[in-house]
Amino acid sequence: MILLKTVNLRKQFGETRACDGLDFVVQKGEFLSLVGSNGAGKTTLVNLISAHLQPDSGQILLEDRDITYTNVADRIKAGIARSFQIVNLFDGLSVFDNVALSIFSREGKTVKMAALADHDYDVRREALDVLGQFGLTSKTEVLAGGLAQGERKLLDVAVAYALRPRLLFLDEPTSGVSTHEKAQIMDTVSSVVRGGMVTAVVVEHDMDVVFRYSDRIVMMHEGSFLADGTPDEIRANKDVSSILLGAALAT
Amino acid sequence: MAILTIQILNSLLYASVLFLIAAGLSLIFGVMRIVNLAHGSLYAVGAYVTAWLVGRGIAMGVPLRWLFLVLPVGALAVALIGIIIEPLLLRPFYRRAEEYQLLVTFGLLLILEDLIRLVWGGTPLSADTLMDALPIMHIGGLFYPAYNVVVIGIGLVAAVVLWAVIYHTRFGVMLRATSQDRRMASALGLNVGLVYVLAFSIGCFMAGLGGAIVVPTQAAVLGMGVDALVVAFVVVVIGGLGSLKGALIGALVVSFVRTAGIQFFPELELAVLYLIAALVLLVRPTGLFGTA
Amino acid sequence: MNADLKAPQSRSVLKLAAAAAPILLALILVPSFVGTYQLQLLTYGLISAIAALGFNLLLGYTGLLSFGHSAYFGFGAYTVAFVVQYLGPRSMELYILIGIPSVAMMSALLGYICVRHTRIFFGILTLALSQVLYSLALKLYWETGGSDGLRVPRPALLLGLLSFSGPRGFQQFIPSYYYYVLAVFVVCVIIMWVIVHSPFGKTLQAIRDNEVRARFLGIRIRRFRWIAFLVSGTFTGLAGILWVPLNGLTTPDVLYWTFSGEIVFMALLGGFRNFTGPIVGGIVFTYLKTYAVATTEYWQLLLGVVLVTLVLVLPTGIVGAISKVGQRLTRGKS
Repeated sequence: MILLKTVNLRKQFGETRACDGLDFVVQKGEFLSLVGSNGAGKTTLVNLISAHLQPDSGQILLEDRDITYTNVADRIKAGIARSFQIVNLFDGLSVFDNVALSIFSREGKTVKMAALADHDYDVRREALDVLGQFGLTSKTEVLAGGLAQGERKLLDVAVAYALRPRLLFLDEPTSGVSTHEKAQIMDTVSSVVRGGMVTAVVVEHDMDVVFRYSDRIVMMHEGSFLADGTPDEIRANKDVSSILLGAALAT
Repeated sequence: MAILTIQILNSLLYASVLFLIAAGLSLIFGVMRIVNLAHGSLYAVGAYVTAWLVGRGIAMGVPLRWLFLVLPVGALAVALIGIIIEPLLLRPFYRRAEEYQLLVTFGLLLILEDLIRLVWGGTPLSADTLMDALPIMHIGGLFYPAYNVVVIGIGLVAAVVLWAVIYHTRFGVMLRATSQDRRMASALGLNVGLVYVLAFSIGCFMAGLGGAIVVPTQAAVLGMGVDALVVAFVVVVIGGLGSLKGALIGALVVSFVRTAGIQFFPELELAVLYLIAALVLLVRPTGLFGTA
Repeated sequence: MNADLKAPQSRSVLKLAAAAAPILLALILVPSFVGTYQLQLLTYGLISAIAALGFNLLLGYTGLLSFGHSAYFGFGAYTVAFVVQYLGPRSMELYILIGIPSVAMMSALLGYICVRHTRIFFGILTLALSQVLYSLALKLYWETGGSDGLRVPRPALLLGLLSFSGPRGFQQFIPSYYYYVLAVFVVCVIIMWVIVHSPFGKTLQAIRDNEVRARFLGIRIRRFRWIAFLVSGTFTGLAGILWVPLNGLTTPDVLYWTFSGEIVFMALLGGFRNFTGPIVGGIVFTYLKTYAVATTEYWQLLLGVVLVTLVLVLPTGIVGAISKVGQRLTRGKS
């Protein structure tokens, strides 16, 4: 079942065609990796779908609903969330508050002024749950600004995940992170995808990660799709493999 | 008809002064991304210094024609203050949060306003004898000082010179490069620190010049700095912060609206200006030609 | 419910209450030890603390620096003066009842204009709008009394239960008014504390820390800034409402930009990154200003110099410095 579809999506920056008429399809419940060299247009595609950018032309359809011209808030309500390539956290708030805020926002509770945030036990329970899944329970009261880089990445993903989106975009979630933490992030994402709770699209450069976790790999090059298939199919594709190899050697 | 002409001339006069102040503010913002809350006070210092020098000159018996040279001196004095302020008070804050820049320039505003009071006291300081050096014009039976027309001329010349410097000299290229991308400019070998201090002092010079040329027409009074800042702000809101063209057009718009306002509802003149500014902001948040 | 679920704040609320209790006790006992003049000064201090507390919701928690908060303080004061002019009765409760919605509306209106803009424009826009109010108060002299201002006689407190006329009226008024203001102060502190620790308060801090990320959590930035502005202006306006019966008079000076500067200074002095900073700053500043004004005519110059020095040297303010020293001491112990 198709969850998201783009139709002839285009975005140009001056001379550069970042997205050149893309027909992108995401199946419900799959773990999709978006790969390609730097500048291929992967982040631009994510930006367009998450409403960080507006397309020049084309459509974006979420389960047949046209969301092309909706704004960020509406897209989140529709169920699309994302994390960022450069970690984007609320450094002055605790780890716990960072995650709790996603939940408050999702539940429409952010305007509540007359109650203490910490006394909302439903939110607390869920936030602690999420933090547990991402292995951050020991750091709940630490300020986000005081975390190590790997933990910041984990938290970044956790914050997006706590929005309980239908479609979660992760922009290079394992960059700059130790092998152990890579596994932690990807295992968590993988298990929630398997549990049917979210569809994940991951922009990645680490080919080990890509091949180990993905149901499907889509490769971009200079604004277009070069290949699209399961890990085995991609491995069997001779031209693509060599480009990937080159990309793998470059990272 | 004659009255209308005089109204128009008065508006152009005010626009001339406003343009100098606003263009200085815009230049500093355009190059350095700083809004100097003390900018109006620098204008006031220009006015006071000039009026004071004119007063001394007259007391010493200097012929009026020579006293015109005092005008640029007043402006230069302010530029000098700028050269001292930038490295001392502004440079430590470029890397810190914006709030601190605003706080420092606000502190500077407090300091300058009281320093003016300390040095020159509370009585207004006038330089209107300078106007007597120039003849009175006759416009349809009414009298109008030629000095006012000179001020309009100076404003025009300043606009042209500024435009020429920014768009047709090497220094102007450096200014524009630094304003567009500071890191890139630095990487290309431009001495960003020097560009900053020069841009800042040029901006200060313009504010000081505005004060210098206006003071023969109206005495320097306490609080003129903040009053000017508040109006200059409307100019950059309408014209757009960081744009020379915007400062010019904004100054003209504000000036004419103000003249009309004073005619018809004098108490509400400031409120009306801000109403217009608010309307412009609703439609074009960065002003007509803004780069912010 | 397992132990993890229990809010860490439940523990800290108790700690906070324990720390605040002796201070509150001291404040309650003060009138027994000091004379009328000192009591009056302390009342002004509490009023300033309320003003700064309101201001800091915008600066410390939402990341917006307003240079025009005098507008709300002054509007509150003038509203009371107009109530006296047009409605006659002098009940403090009436002043507050009419005053609070008035300042709320003014904050909502000006806030709507201001929050649409980037930080730099925001700062100057707040300054300029307060100057517009100032110019109106100055020029519409037939309504506002111009530079002479409007007088506000001593109000009756507690719905007329306590009134203060006659030759010893002033001496009787001051202690009663002190307790009145103290009560309002305590209520304000509690309300602001709850607001700051509520989901709303956390959202404001998120917007302060990372606007982009907040937007990507579905938070409508402008709306939250506007609400924060409204609450902030209302608190500061309430301070103005409390101020004018004590001062007996309101003039356009209280709308002037320098007064906004004083409010900024209070928050900076006490430290704008914590809750109690503005309270400490407000009270300390009141004393500092009283002594500065008595010492020199050019105290504004002094204020400016100290402000610049503070920003250069002690940006976290008194409370920030104390807490840093405290941290270093406790670290040394363990």
